[in-house]
Order: sequence, then structure tokens, then C-alpha cells
Amino acid sequence: MTFFEMTKTVVRSLFSRPATLMYPAKPAKKTNLSRGHVSINPEGCITCRSCQRKCPTGAICVEVKEKTWEIDNMRCVVCSACVDVCPTKCLTMETQYRAPITSRGARNKFTVAGPKKREPPAAPPAEKPKE
Amino acid sequence: MSKQITVPFGPQHPVLPEPLHLDLVLEDEKVVDVIPTIGYVHRGLEKLVEKREYTEYVYIAERICGICSFIHSQAYVQGIEQIMGLEIPERAQFLRTIWSEYSRLHSHLLWLGCFADSMGFESLFMNSWRLREHILDDLESTTGGRVIQGACKVGGVRRDITPEKLDEMVKGLKTLEGELRDLTDVFLNDRSIQHRLKGVGVLSKEDAYYFGAVGPTARGSGVAIDIRETGYAAFGKINFKPVVEQGGDCYARCAVRAKEMFTSLDIIEQCIRKIPDGPVDMKVTGAPDGEYFSRAEQPRGEVIHYIKGNGKKNLVRHRVRTPTFTNIPPLVTLLKGCQLADVPVIVLSIDPCIGCAER
Repeated sequence: MTFFEMTKTVVRSLFSRPATLMYPAKPAKKTNLSRGHVSINPEGCITCRSCQRKCPTGAICVEVKEKTWEIDNMRCVVCSACVDVCPTKCLTMETQYRAPITSRGARNKFTVAGPKKREPPAAPPAEKPKE
Repeated sequence: MSKQITVPFGPQHPVLPEPLHLDLVLEDEKVVDVIPTIGYVHRGLEKLVEKREYTEYVYIAERICGICSFIHSQAYVQGIEQIMGLEIPERAQFLRTIWSEYSRLHSHLLWLGCFADSMGFESLFMNSWRLREHILDDLESTTGGRVIQGACKVGGVRRDITPEKLDEMVKGLKTLEGELRDLTDVFLNDRSIQHRLKGVGVLSKEDAYYFGAVGPTARGSGVAIDIRETGYAAFGKINFKPVVEQGGDCYARCAVRAKEMFTSLDIIEQCIRKIPDGPVDMKVTGAPDGEYFSRAEQPRGEVIHYIKGNGKKNLVRHRVRTPTFTNIPPLVTLLKGCQLADVPVIVLSIDPCIGCAER
């Protein structure tokens, strides 16, 4: 009967926890694969600009001379293309969303290590004196 | 004859999730003519194909729509693979099928909720969206995104699902199926809902065919068109029958979607049972040279991606014909002759997704 059907739903709703979370007091439910925001380990970046080339929205800007890595958080669509392409794995995808911003210009700029200096080439073997 | 007046409906209206504008020409309370206008959320995504590499454009193709996102990327990627003659691994095909059916489930649950809301049935709306959350949780734990999955790429998929997770998904869907039965029982058998929907906005089979209706709008009128039957991805290896209703009214369209959810559950289960082992992606070199019409079945109907490349990294042309765009002429036919109070229900019954239609 319809009346008892409704009672079942009412009782279940009364004695179960709400389906929603008290976000942001409780952190949002996240899994290991969740895409929250991109973060960088500045020591690992070699300014190869692969992430800048692969970014579909042009959110990443790498300055090779100044050794900076900059992300425009309002342009980033968190597709994780940069994380996949990074050769040194210095870009990682955090599972939680980034903190909200309160002013214009959500750019985060990092000074990075830059390309690794090449080892000075070993001294060429001394030529044998011609006889 | 009474005086005609024009009432604007939308683009901002409590019942519309997205901006569609209709000029309703009324005689008393009866709608005699409808002039639809779109163009409020045009973003120019098709033009962007000339500036992005074809592999990166997958992310943009996915963002054409916020609800049927996965199937957009799937259709685009299929087109590229056809042009380049790639035979992608079978496991990737099955994973694409699983995720596309998941996205169909979440889209239908979202629509059922919105539809209940358009009838003023708030608690049913909340219950539909509560169930949708289980689907979204599964999508997030397997792909990383709730509605924008980002799982497709040219040459396969970006993520694999472990066998343990697949078992867990089957168990979760079994529990969900019971709850879905309770939910669809209300949509299909509740007397007040039947009273609101039956006989409202009738689209005859001939009209559905003539005006080019697709998806549940066509199937609700008895036109058995389902692109999944062409057997793209892994659909060729799955047994299923498209849901067809004969009524042609809002109730029939609601019934098609409610019953399609169980077809989707069945397809996912079959896929998980039949999924082969193996790699999920392959290395892709070169660039597409040629053109292709790629078709796929979205929750709202058939989507066509036209792709043309000239052997360079950037494509020359990308054109999308989305289901909502083709469902607008049938909508205009449906609205002529109805009462003003029925307009919200009829508009929602075709599941308008304007973000898709304008790109």
C-alpha cells in the first residue's frame, strides 16, 4: 500500500545519516585518483616546457631564462595532461581542491631549479705524440 | 478569435537548468506558435580545434557538455582512430563501454530529478540525485573525475580498472538496482505523476521521424533508433534491446529513460563479465589525414562528430551535431496546441542540454 511505502522511506530517512557532507567543515570525499589541483616540486623542474605545450587551456607559463613556473588557477581545468607528460615527475595531482581565492589573479608563481648543469666533459685523452 | 499575446519563456526560468529562450504565442491559455532562440552560451569550441593539437583537443571535446561528457570524448576519439586506422586494444573498448553506460545512468538520474522538480515533486528530485551520487562515486574512484572523467585518449583509455574494483562495482550496482526499482516505481506507477504526464505533449511516430527526433524523444514515440545497435566500442559483443515506448507523450519519454537505466545496468554487468585482459592503450604516432563522421549514442540521443584532418597536428574542421539541437524542431511541434501550464514539463521532457547544442 502507498501509505506504508511512504512510511518505509520516512523511517529510513529519520534513522539514517544525511546523504550530504558538512563541506568544508568535513573534507570532501576523495579517492586516490581524484583530480583536485596541480602542485609542483620546484626542485625537480628542469623548465623543459612540456607541460606548457600540452596544456589545453594555456594555463601554464614557464620562463626558461628567469627559471619560473607559473600556473593560472582560473584557467586550469585540472585535466592532468601536464602531470602525465612531466619527464621528471615534479608535477603531481593533489586529491583535494585548491583553497578558494578572494582576489583577482589566481596565479601561483614558483622559482624552480631549472635545467641540470651538465657534468664538465671528461678531459680528452692525451694525444699520442706522432712518431 | 481571441487576441494573441507573446509570453517569453526563458532564458532564465526556474524550471530550465540551461538558457533556452522560447517566445510563446498564446491565445488565452493555449500555445499557438513557438519561436525558439538559442545562442546564450556559445563558446566557439569547434573553432578551437585549429589551435590545439588533436590529442589535446580530447579534453576540450569532453567539455562540450557537462553531463554527457564522456561520450563526447569517446565519439571524437573514435573518429580520430578511424581516420588513422588504429585498432585499439579490446580491453580499452570494454572500459569505454562501461564508462559510457555509467554516464548514461548518471545523466538519466539527473534528468529524472529535474523532471520531478518541474512537476513540483521536490522529495523525488532529492532522492534521484541521492542515488546519482553512488554512480558519481564509482566514476570518481575509477577515472578521477565526477562528471568530467578525462579517461579517453587517442589510442585507448588513460586508466585501467583493477579486477577487485570491477567486482566491487558489480556489488554496488546490485544494491543500487533495488533502490532504482523503488524510484522508477514512483515515476511509472504513481497516480499523480501519471495524471500530470499522460496525454501531455504527444509526438506522433510520423512527426518524430519527419522532424528528426533522436534518442528517448524518438524512442518514446515508437521510432526504434539506437546508435548503440551499430556496435561501436564493445556494444557489438553485448546483448541488449533498446527500450521503445509507443505513447509519444511525456509519460512515454519518462518511461523510456527510467527503463533504459536498467538496460545500462545490464550492459555494465555484461561488460564486466566479458572484459578481456590486456593493455588499455597503444602508442600513437603521426596525425590524422582524412575525414570521418563518428556517431555515438548519448543519453539524449545520437551525436555526430565530423572530423577532418590534413596530416598536421592541428585538425582542419570539427563539427558536432548534438542531440538537443535536433530535438528542438520536435519540441516546437510538441508545444503547439498545449496549455501554458504544461510548457515546463514538455520542455524538460526532451531533456534540453543547451551547453551541448551551442558548443
